[in-house]
Amino acid sequence: MAARVLSFYLLLFLSIAQLGVSLYEDQVGLMDWHQRYIGKVKHAVFHTQRSGRKRVMVSTEQNVIASLDLRHGDIFWRRVLGANDSVDGIELALGKYVISLSSAGGTLRAWNLPDGQMVWETSLQGSKPSKAFLLVPTNLKVDKDNLVLAFGGGCLVAVSSIDGEMLWKKDFAAESLEVQQVVQSPGSDVIYVLGFVGSTQFDIYQINGKNGEVIHHETSNYAGGFSRNTLIVSDDMLVALDVTGSILITVNFQGGKVRIDVKPISDLVGYYSGQVELLALRLGRMFALKAHQHIALISVTNEGKLEVAEKVNSAAAISDALPFSEGQLAVARVHHEDNKVQLTVKLGNDWSTNLLDETVKIDGQRGLVQKVFINNYIRTDRSHGFRALVVMEDHSLLLVQQGEIVWTREDGLASVLDVTTTELPVEKDGVSVSKVEQNLFDWLKGHVLKLKGTLMLATPDDMVAIQAMRLKSSEKSKMTRDHNGFRKLLIVLTQARKLYALHTGDGRIIWSLLIGSLRKSDACGHPVGLRVYPWQVPHHHAMDENPSVLVVGRCQLSQDAPGILSFVDAYTGSEIESSGPVHDVLQVIPLPFTDSTEQRLHLLIDTKQRGHLYPRSREALGIFQQKSSNIYWYSIETGNGIIRGYAIKGSCIHEDSDDFCFEPRDLWSVVFPGESEKIISTATPKLNEVVHTQAKVMAEQDLMYKYISKNLLFVATASPKASHGIGSATPEEASLVVYLIDTVTGRVFYRMTHQGCQAPVHAVFSENWVIYHYFNLRAHRYEMSVIEIYDQSRADNKDVLKLVVGKHNLTVPTSSYSRPEIVAKSQSYFFTHSVKAITVTLTAKGITSKQLLIGTIGDQVLALDKRYLDPRRSLNPSQAEKEEGVIPLTDSLPVIPQSYLTHALKVEGLRDVITVPAKLESTTLVFAYGVDLFFTRLAPSRTYDSLTEDFSYALLLLTIVALVAAIVVTWIWSERKELQEKWR
Amino acid sequence: MTEARIFITTLLFGLLCSSILRSAQAVALADGFTINGRVKIPSELNIPSAVAGAKGFGLLGKISDVKVILNGGQRATFLRPDGYFSFHDVPAGTHLIEVAALGYFFSPIRVDVSARNPGKVQAALTENRRALKELVLEPLREEQYYEIREPFSIMSIVKSPMGLMVGFMLIVVFLMPKLMENMDPEEMRRAQEEMRSQGVPSLANFLPGATRN
Repeated sequence: MAARVLSFYLLLFLSIAQLGVSLYEDQVGLMDWHQRYIGKVKHAVFHTQRSGRKRVMVSTEQNVIASLDLRHGDIFWRRVLGANDSVDGIELALGKYVISLSSAGGTLRAWNLPDGQMVWETSLQGSKPSKAFLLVPTNLKVDKDNLVLAFGGGCLVAVSSIDGEMLWKKDFAAESLEVQQVVQSPGSDVIYVLGFVGSTQFDIYQINGKNGEVIHHETSNYAGGFSRNTLIVSDDMLVALDVTGSILITVNFQGGKVRIDVKPISDLVGYYSGQVELLALRLGRMFALKAHQHIALISVTNEGKLEVAEKVNSAAAISDALPFSEGQLAVARVHHEDNKVQLTVKLGNDWSTNLLDETVKIDGQRGLVQKVFINNYIRTDRSHGFRALVVMEDHSLLLVQQGEIVWTREDGLASVLDVTTTELPVEKDGVSVSKVEQNLFDWLKGHVLKLKGTLMLATPDDMVAIQAMRLKSSEKSKMTRDHNGFRKLLIVLTQARKLYALHTGDGRIIWSLLIGSLRKSDACGHPVGLRVYPWQVPHHHAMDENPSVLVVGRCQLSQDAPGILSFVDAYTGSEIESSGPVHDVLQVIPLPFTDSTEQRLHLLIDTKQRGHLYPRSREALGIFQQKSSNIYWYSIETGNGIIRGYAIKGSCIHEDSDDFCFEPRDLWSVVFPGESEKIISTATPKLNEVVHTQAKVMAEQDLMYKYISKNLLFVATASPKASHGIGSATPEEASLVVYLIDTVTGRVFYRMTHQGCQAPVHAVFSENWVIYHYFNLRAHRYEMSVIEIYDQSRADNKDVLKLVVGKHNLTVPTSSYSRPEIVAKSQSYFFTHSVKAITVTLTAKGITSKQLLIGTIGDQVLALDKRYLDPRRSLNPSQAEKEEGVIPLTDSLPVIPQSYLTHALKVEGLRDVITVPAKLESTTLVFAYGVDLFFTRLAPSRTYDSLTEDFSYALLLLTIVALVAAIVVTWIWSERKELQEKWR
Repeated sequence: MTEARIFITTLLFGLLCSSILRSAQAVALADGFTINGRVKIPSELNIPSAVAGAKGFGLLGKISDVKVILNGGQRATFLRPDGYFSFHDVPAGTHLIEVAALGYFFSPIRVDVSARNPGKVQAALTENRRALKELVLEPLREEQYYEIREPFSIMSIVKSPMGLMVGFMLIVVFLMPKLMENMDPEEMRRAQEEMRSQGVPSLANFLPGATRN
């Protein structure tokens, strides 16, 4: 009887509990944090008028245009442009607009300086791709309207800076002119357009800036041929390199007359080797030449002679020239000396004069200086001071003023490549952080305050105190492991090849490491980071050994470039060891075995499908050889439409091979017909996912066995026309086919065609189901489909009792070769939004129900209960099904605003969402990254296994006290009554 | 009916008269068309006063943060101060426009750019298949990202576990004796006997029930 009642209450509770997660507004920041970034700065324009806020406008490689506070480095406003809309340049116009040119000169936009509101947008449709320039002449006016000149797509366009209206347009592509530079002649309305026709002819056009008419056109030839690397020096001189890159060509075009001079570079800089490069800097009557690890600064004398002003190490960065007073120019040069950074501001006209010479100490983990922008200000003693905005190798941004770093922005975190997590150290005597711990009195005081809050007795001051107390809770930011597993380290690899460890409690950076082995070297020209894997996770020696991570990188972007491996200690952030350049790395397979030091075995597959075993120890080799007959992998050749399966054949036979190299054996291949199907997306179950039960109890005590295998692969193919973006295919020519393939045998378990549907496909695979998101052209809406697979061969084994008692033969090993009979159930639903990423919650034991986490096009993360994507949903579910929690069928999935994990925040430029199980079964940790970072923790079925943060201990105490008092009072009453009875 | 029609015609006339003639028309260019449209966010916000001043909703109605996205991210643009937006150089075909605005739910819009009939754009909301006369996008509803805290009431205390505990105790203390008093002694004896004869309920009876959740 009691159990019935209990189960009834449980059902009641479940039905009351909403299918989403929701948050009260005062809970923001309790378990989530959000960090806003902009990315690696490309251009910077200062806006420091005497009154008002001082700011700097920047554009970045993550296509962000932002306005930063020059005092603190905070973001005033920020606009994230589309993924293909990279910024070519930004300028200020009229003192109130920021003009940006983007999409290779395709789009010109003006942004309001104070608040970032877009004021106007003009599309410049050029006829062919070309370089893109933005020029805002200072004194070119037509009817009191300042002009903005933009060059892109082979056309020079003049646009009104007030409303963006196009005033004139001149097409140079028609004359097959490849425009290299556009300059304004100082003090006049004449615009010079300089370019090449073919490789030997130099053309110069003089254009009237007011109406776009050609005033003068002159050509000149140079038989040696020009390379496409040019630079404008002063107002009337262009510097170029010849095709061989060994001769410097100066083109003087004063007054429209062209004079070409040549000079071998070796005459100027002496001996050098390798590539020569002109640095794209505007230095007044100077230019910078990069040759042989040196930068030569070459000045042009008034007579047009070239002289080397200085030679500096190539690790230096030089700023553009800044005019500051009476035609004087200042140029900043930053170079490294020992572990300090030397900032020198020199007079552009006279290189020997130093305006400023400061030494700044910059953290060595920031690497070399990449870019520097300077700005001047007037000191109180009326002399000129300079501040410098410095972009470092790790993409961070620093403001240096008076020899000190005023502020720092960690903008490397805007380009996260991969994330993994590690546990924090176990609490032990030495590590204890007792200082921050509260005593009992404080604890009780806090709870009394909270109680006041719940009873609405608190004054506004109390409310503020409560909120501050909750946000600051030292519990969450401690540097030790907690019982619930909420505190972890997020190890984040960024595009700048820097590794960061972020604390999950408050998102602060614990350590950061610019990985030494992944830095530019002679052997490795353009290293890139790829992935990061947990390498060693100590359980037995958790007290005295530190976990470590493996960072996999490559020498170049191409797949067959040699790989680099780096092993980093996850607590100290130091590189333990590294190897590389080694064989190329196509795929990394973490194997489910560890050696005696708890290092996980990894098999690295190269482009020839050979496997390389790590760690390189005898012991690991022994373990691997024992298990090698059970190791399978596959490769997906997207271009050819082939998926191949492999197994280990034996040791490598080619020369210079070692014992840790293994030859592959071809097992199977699945070939998709190239003319009708193109692979567009794949998904596999997560290796670390835990599945609690293999059986699913249906209504009427029926049992279904989930088909659970980690060796399943979901593949989506689309007809070639339908594999591009929306808007290019018609429903008739689009089709989408999905497959479930066993990666051990290559058997296709399931195949389904969606007619009239197309890419993009985002899929997530978990337990025995896969959910994928695609576009339905017929309905012109997005759809999400679910496929659940069940094992029919065990279907007759329906003894629930045995299953409960654990006598069921579920522990019998299953094999992929046993040809299971599989039943798939599927259903599709409409979904409103475009999707950027889909993932699923992971919990420690897999008992908690699942939620899908969907990164929407609006850069929010939406939690959607898996029960909405149940293939058994029907219009009228039976009573039994209702009890089980089957939701009545609707054609579209609900978007419940309260279940946005990101609540009223946006994770700008969202790229991916990852989930990590906490130790507490009900809870999962969610990390979403893009240009911004967002972290929160989520309980998909509410925290049924712990008290919530809001739990009021004071109320509990109060209740107990009340109960005790009641007991005492009633006891006294009854005593008294008894006495009276007796007296009677 | 006629009144309504007159209203619409005057509306159209007013639109024609106004200098802005950019909405819902495509301008033919070399190889692509231009989609012009407008996002209209109602100025009066029906947010409950309890949260109107809260910081999360300061974002609402800020037109500068609104992003308009073509074909699931192929292109993105922003709104001009008057709410207008445009996509240039769009090929003929059927496209999808989405509006990302924090605090509002916008339906994606299906936009047909006709190749045969340049200058013609047809638009419809995909959520409810409503055709749009002109490309003016309005939010279907506002989005509340936070649960609203119920104001304090005595009921919420009573309903809380602690409240239930106290309530149950009170019932036992004050009501049970009354019930026992009112009970017929004969009946009570019968009930006691019944309970004894049934014995202790066995665990096996509950098993199917226990597996269900």
